[in-house]
Amino acid sequence: MKNILQSIYFYLDTRFKLSDLIQFAKKKKVPEHKHSFWYYFGGICLFLFILQVLTGILLLLYYTPSVDSAHESIQFIMSQVKFGWLMRSVHSWSANILIAAIFIHMFSSFFLKAYRSPRELTWITGFFLLLIFLAFGFSGYLLPWNELSFFATRIGSDIAGTLPLIGNHIKTFILGGTDVTGATISRFFWLHIGILPLLTVMILGIHVLLVQILGMSKPIGIPENKVKEVPFFPNFILKDSLGWMLILALIGVLCVFFPWEIGQKADPFAATPIGIKPEWYFTFMFSTLKIIPAHIFSIEGEMIAIFGFMIGGLLWMLVPFLDRNAAKERRSPVFSFIGWVVLLYIVVMTAVTYLLPGL
Amino acid sequence: MKARKMRKIINLLSIFFLAISIFSLSLYAQKNSCVECHQELEDELLAPVEAFKIDIHQQFGLSCADCHGGNPAEEDIDLAKDKTFKGAPQRFRIPEFCASCHSDSRYMRRFNPRIRVDQLDIYWTSKHGQLLKKGDTKVALCTDCHAAHGIQAATHPKSWTFPWNIPQTCSRCHSDTNYMKDYKIPTKQWDDYKDSVHAHALFEKKDLSAPVCNDCHGNHGATPPEVTSIAYICRQCHPSAGELFSQSPHKKAFDEMELSECEACHGNHKILPPSDEMLGTGEKAVCIQCHEPDSEPYQIASRIKEKLDAFIKKIRHAESLLEQADRQGVEVSEPKFMLTEANSTLIFVRNLTHSFSLMEIEEKIEEGKKVVAEVTNAGEAALREAKFRKTGLIIATCFIFLLSIALFLKIKQITKKTPNESP
Amino acid sequence: MNRRKFIDFFLGGSLAGTVIAFLYPTIRYILPTKQTEAVIKKVTAAKLGELAPNTSKIFKFGTSPGILINTSDGELRAFSAICTHLTCTVIYESDTGTILCPCHNGRFDLSGNVISGPPPAPLESYNVEISGEDIVASKKG
Repeated sequence: MKNILQSIYFYLDTRFKLSDLIQFAKKKKVPEHKHSFWYYFGGICLFLFILQVLTGILLLLYYTPSVDSAHESIQFIMSQVKFGWLMRSVHSWSANILIAAIFIHMFSSFFLKAYRSPRELTWITGFFLLLIFLAFGFSGYLLPWNELSFFATRIGSDIAGTLPLIGNHIKTFILGGTDVTGATISRFFWLHIGILPLLTVMILGIHVLLVQILGMSKPIGIPENKVKEVPFFPNFILKDSLGWMLILALIGVLCVFFPWEIGQKADPFAATPIGIKPEWYFTFMFSTLKIIPAHIFSIEGEMIAIFGFMIGGLLWMLVPFLDRNAAKERRSPVFSFIGWVVLLYIVVMTAVTYLLPGL
Repeated sequence: MKARKMRKIINLLSIFFLAISIFSLSLYAQKNSCVECHQELEDELLAPVEAFKIDIHQQFGLSCADCHGGNPAEEDIDLAKDKTFKGAPQRFRIPEFCASCHSDSRYMRRFNPRIRVDQLDIYWTSKHGQLLKKGDTKVALCTDCHAAHGIQAATHPKSWTFPWNIPQTCSRCHSDTNYMKDYKIPTKQWDDYKDSVHAHALFEKKDLSAPVCNDCHGNHGATPPEVTSIAYICRQCHPSAGELFSQSPHKKAFDEMELSECEACHGNHKILPPSDEMLGTGEKAVCIQCHEPDSEPYQIASRIKEKLDAFIKKIRHAESLLEQADRQGVEVSEPKFMLTEANSTLIFVRNLTHSFSLMEIEEKIEEGKKVVAEVTNAGEAALREAKFRKTGLIIATCFIFLLSIALFLKIKQITKKTPNESP
Repeated sequence: MNRRKFIDFFLGGSLAGTVIAFLYPTIRYILPTKQTEAVIKKVTAAKLGELAPNTSKIFKFGTSPGILINTSDGELRAFSAICTHLTCTVIYESDTGTILCPCHNGRFDLSGNVISGPPPAPLESYNVEISGEDIVASKKG
C-alpha cells in the first residue's frame, strides 16, 4: 500500500515538481507575535470564497434567472431539492460572513499598517476585492427576486441615479433599463456568475501571489527578538484549517437553526414596504444618505454624501502613499486615529439603521 | 313652334332650379344651427353641446332636433325654433320625453333589437315614479342617473350606470341627509355598503359581477324589496344556501314570524364576510337572537359550532404541520394536494350550516376528518424526516469538531517539536 | 500505538468523516428530484383511453387540482379545478354537461365560463395535448 502511494507520488513529482513546491512551503516562514491572530482572517476570506464558488456552482444547477421563475426556482431549491435548503443557506450565510471577514481583514491590516511599502499593491488589490465582493452582495441579493431585494435594488440604483450628468446613464446601465425588470435579473446574474468571479480570480490571484512573494507584514515597532517565525507548512496551514473548521461549524449551526428566508415574491407594482433597507453592509452609507440635510450651502446633501463616500473610498485606497511615516517604518498615530474614526463611523451608522429605524 | 320652344326653356329652367334646390337642400341638411349658436353661448346654454360629444345618441347618428324638435337647417333663430320645437322639457315630463322613443319598440329596434322598451312602465312602479306622479319633482328620473346630454351606455366604464359607479350615482341623493330629510329614510346605505363583502369584491377585486344597489333594488323600478322577497333576491346568486334554508325548519318559522330570511342574520347593506362566529352560542352568534339558552335548538347550535371548530382546528393543525415541514425543506406537495380536498369540505360544510341539520353536518365533517387525518399523518412523517436531516447535520458538525480537535492536537504536536528541529 | 500515530489516525479519520459529511448532501443535491422542474407548466393528466366519453378526472397540477373532461363528443378539455369563488374543487356533472362547484352550486360551461351562481371569474383553462399514451395538460401562455 505504502509502495503504491510512493510510486504515485514519484510519478506526479517528476511531472509537477511537487517537492519544489513543498520545499517552498516549508521554507516559507510566517512571523508569530502578539498580533498574529489577525493573519488568519485572510485565510478565512479565501476559504469562504471557495465555499461560495462551490455552493454557487451547485445552486446554478436549479436556479433560473427570469422574472417568472427566479423566485419559484429558489423556492424549489429550498423545498424540493434534497439538501437544497442547506446549499442555499450556506451560500447566503457564508456570503454575509465573508463580507464581515473582509472588513475585519481590512481593518486589521490597516491598524497594523500592513499596507506600507512594499505592500501597497497588496492593499490596493485588497481594496478592489472589497468593492468586487460588495458588488457580489448587491447583485446576489436581487437574484431570489423577493420583495425586499427588489426594492433594495431599486433604492440602490436610484442613489446611483442621483449623480450629476452620468447618474442616469449609470443607473440604466446597472439595471439594463429604467427600472428593475427581467433585464436586471439577467444583468445581475451575468455579473454575479460571469464577470465578478472572473475579476475576483484575477485580482485575488495577484493579491495572494503578492502575499507569497513578500511574505506577511510585521507590525511596526515590535522588537526583532519578540518575533518568532513558524513554518507556513505545516504549522500555519494547520492553524488556518482549524480556523476554517470552526467557521464551517458555525455556518452549519446557523443553516440548521436559521435557514435563509425566501421572502415574498417581488411585485413591481406593489407599494414600497415600510422600513426597506439594503443588506447590512450597505446600511452605513444608506443611513448617511437619510440623515444628511437636504441642502448644504445650496448643494444637494445627497450629492455631497455620495461624493464624500467616493472621495473617502479613493483616499482609503491610496492610504499606502499618504501615510509617509509608516512608509519609513515609523509609527503613524494619525492614521490609526483616522482608522478608528472610520470604524466608529461605520459601526455607529450601521447600528443607527437597526436601532433607530424611524430615522 | 314658339310654344314648343318656350316649353323646352321652361323644362330646362325647372330642371336647373330643381338641381339647385336639391343641391342647396343637401348643403342645409349638414348644417346644424343649434350647435353653431349654442357653441357661442356660455355656461348652461353651452353645456349640452359639450356634453353631447360623448353621448351615445350622437354615436348612433341622432342630434339635437331628434329630441328637441325644431329645424336646425334654418339659420335664423326664429325660423329654426319652428312649431315642432320642443325645447327643454319640464322636469316632471322628462320620463315621457325620453319614453317617446325608448318605449317605441319599432323605433328602438332600428338601433338595438335587444334593448328593453318597458323602462317607463317599470319606472311608474318604482318609489321614484310613484312620488313623481304625486307631483314630487325631487325624486330621481331618467336624467338624474343617466345624465341629460352626456348619456353613455351602461357598459361604458365611465358611465354613471356602470357597476362600480352605481353606488355613487345613487348616493348623490341617498347619502345627502339634507336632501333626504323629508323622506324619513336612512342615509347611511352607502357607508354600510362600503364595508360589505360585495363592495370589497367590486372595488378591490374589481369583480363586476358583485351586486351593487340596482341588483337588489332594481334600476328603473327601484324599490326596497319586501321582506318576503329578500330571500329570492339573494338566491339569484346564492342558490345553494337558499335551497338548504328552504328545506330547514327555519323556513316555516321565519315565514310565520314574517322575518326576512337571509337578511335576518346577514344584514342588508352591510353584509360582512360571514364568519364562523355567527354560528353557535357565542357573543357574536346570530342564533341567540331568537333561541333561549338550554332550549333544544340552542344546544344544536352549540353542537354545530363545536363540531365545526374541532374540524377547523384539525385542518389548521395539519396545515401547520405541512408548513413546518415545507419550511424545513421536506417535500409535502402530495399531502398539500390532499389538504385542498379537506378545505373544500370545510367550505362545503360552512354552506351546509344553512340546513341547520346537525346530522348532515356531522356526516360531512366525518368525511373531511378522514382526509385531514391522512394529511396529519403525512405531515408528521415529513417532520420526522426533517428531524432526521437535522440529526445528520449534527453528526456532520460533530465530525467537523472532531477534525478541529485533531488539527489542534496536531498543531500542538508540531509546535512542540519545531523548537528542537529548528536551530 | 504511540501518541503521534494516534493523532495522525485521529486526524485522518475525522477528515474522512468530514469529507463524507460534505459529499453526501452534495451528491443527494445533484441527483434529480421527483419533481424535475421548478415551475410546473405541464403535467400528465391521464392515460389515453382512461376516460370514457362524458366523464372526468381530477388530476394533480403541482399542488393544486385540475380537472380533465372527456366531453360527450369525445373532446378532451382541461381546467384548473379550483372554483374561482371560494377555492372548492369543482366536479363535472355529466347529465347537464357542465362543470359544477358543489359548495355553492356555481356552474361553469365547458369553456370554463360562469353560467350561474356566485363564482366571479371563469375557470383557468389548460391546453390539452396527446403525447404518445399520455394526455398532457399545460398552462396557457
